[in-house]
Amino acid sequence: MTFVHVALLGMLIVCALAVSLTRNLLTSLIVYMAYSLIMAIIWMFLESPDLAITEAAVGAGITSVLFFVTLKKIHAIKGDSEHEQAQK
Amino acid sequence: MSKRRSDWESRPQARIRKWYKEGFLALDNEIINHLTQTTQLPLHTEEEVVAQQEAMSTRQRERTLALERLDQYNMLTWARTRGRKAITRLHVILALALGAMMIFFLLETVAQMPRFGDPATPGANIVSERYITKGLEETGATNIVSGMILDYRAFDTLGEATVLFVAASAVLILLRIDRNKDGSPVQELIAAESDDQHYEPRNDRILQGSAMVLVPTIFLYGIYIILNGHLSPGGGFSGGAIISAGLILYLDAFGFEKAGRFFTYKTFTWVSFFSLMFYALAKAYSFYCGVNNLPSGIPLGMPGAILSGGLIMPLNIAVGMVVACTMYIFYALFRKGGL
Repeated sequence: MTFVHVALLGMLIVCALAVSLTRNLLTSLIVYMAYSLIMAIIWMFLESPDLAITEAAVGAGITSVLFFVTLKKIHAIKGDSEHEQAQK
Repeated sequence: MSKRRSDWESRPQARIRKWYKEGFLALDNEIINHLTQTTQLPLHTEEEVVAQQEAMSTRQRERTLALERLDQYNMLTWARTRGRKAITRLHVILALALGAMMIFFLLETVAQMPRFGDPATPGANIVSERYITKGLEETGATNIVSGMILDYRAFDTLGEATVLFVAASAVLILLRIDRNKDGSPVQELIAAESDDQHYEPRNDRILQGSAMVLVPTIFLYGIYIILNGHLSPGGGFSGGAIISAGLILYLDAFGFEKAGRFFTYKTFTWVSFFSLMFYALAKAYSFYCGVNNLPSGIPLGMPGAILSGGLIMPLNIAVGMVVACTMYIFYALFRKGGL
């Protein structure tokens, strides 16, 4: 186990804790994307590049995009207040 | 002593004991006494009696109403102050207990697993040995993972693609907002579109400029991953996800109108239908040949060449198309309930 492995695993744990502990949903979503990217790198180190590609495309890409849309749908992303006033 | 005695008699235990010893008589006597006392009211005229009874009944009603209201108020205040705190605390305790249990069981499982790369693992049996030694010869794919998921275990992959298609259909049923019969939009659809436009940037120069550069690159990369799936890491699922990411970026940058010129419901239905149908028929043919020990007649080609691996490349293309269409339609339906 090299230094890089330990650092990546530590970052994974930090990200996993941060996802559940942050109050802002948008922040936790971005941290979740970071989690998926770190996981993809770890898959590379575990010599499974197929899984790494899928994790980066699905975990960090598509899932997060769908989460973003859902947050927008439930109005959990606070927009620019000036923009909102101009709309009204 | 006498004082204690009188105390004792008024206590509930003593009353229960008395009631138990004397049967129902004690209670009955009390009731009879009570009834006789109430009937011996001074009776004057009937009107007075009626008035008195009415007054008593209204007082009784008011009293019960007030008591009920007090009960409700007490319950409400309890729910608002101490009850809420108690329930929150209960939730926290339950969540912590559940989390601790999960962590314990997962760590227990991990501790019992064989070491990473251990040759004596249960996974390293005759099946995986055959995959490794005969995989290239039998499937013609240099990427052993593709050979496994699209040749040896192609039935599982068909199930995966079908699950995705069924999920997309379910989302379509749940989230799609239908138009009227004459094609005019419903009130709900107009509301969803205005809500969508409220948040989305319109003709954002930065987004459109970067999309112009990125979208073709992403498409090219996705196509490369799909077509090269039997030679290098990748395959239909990941390539399809990458292509759908490119589609979503295009939709975000240029809007539904421009994306609707090449991707509609019809595109989704026909592409998914033909891909799944082709997959099912191709695999049915090779299963039929395999079971009956017939030569399938599909050339495996030179390992390493782009046209090799038999059915793996067409199957990869089919899976990739299904995945790309499904993910894109998920996004469009989540965003405004239609294409």
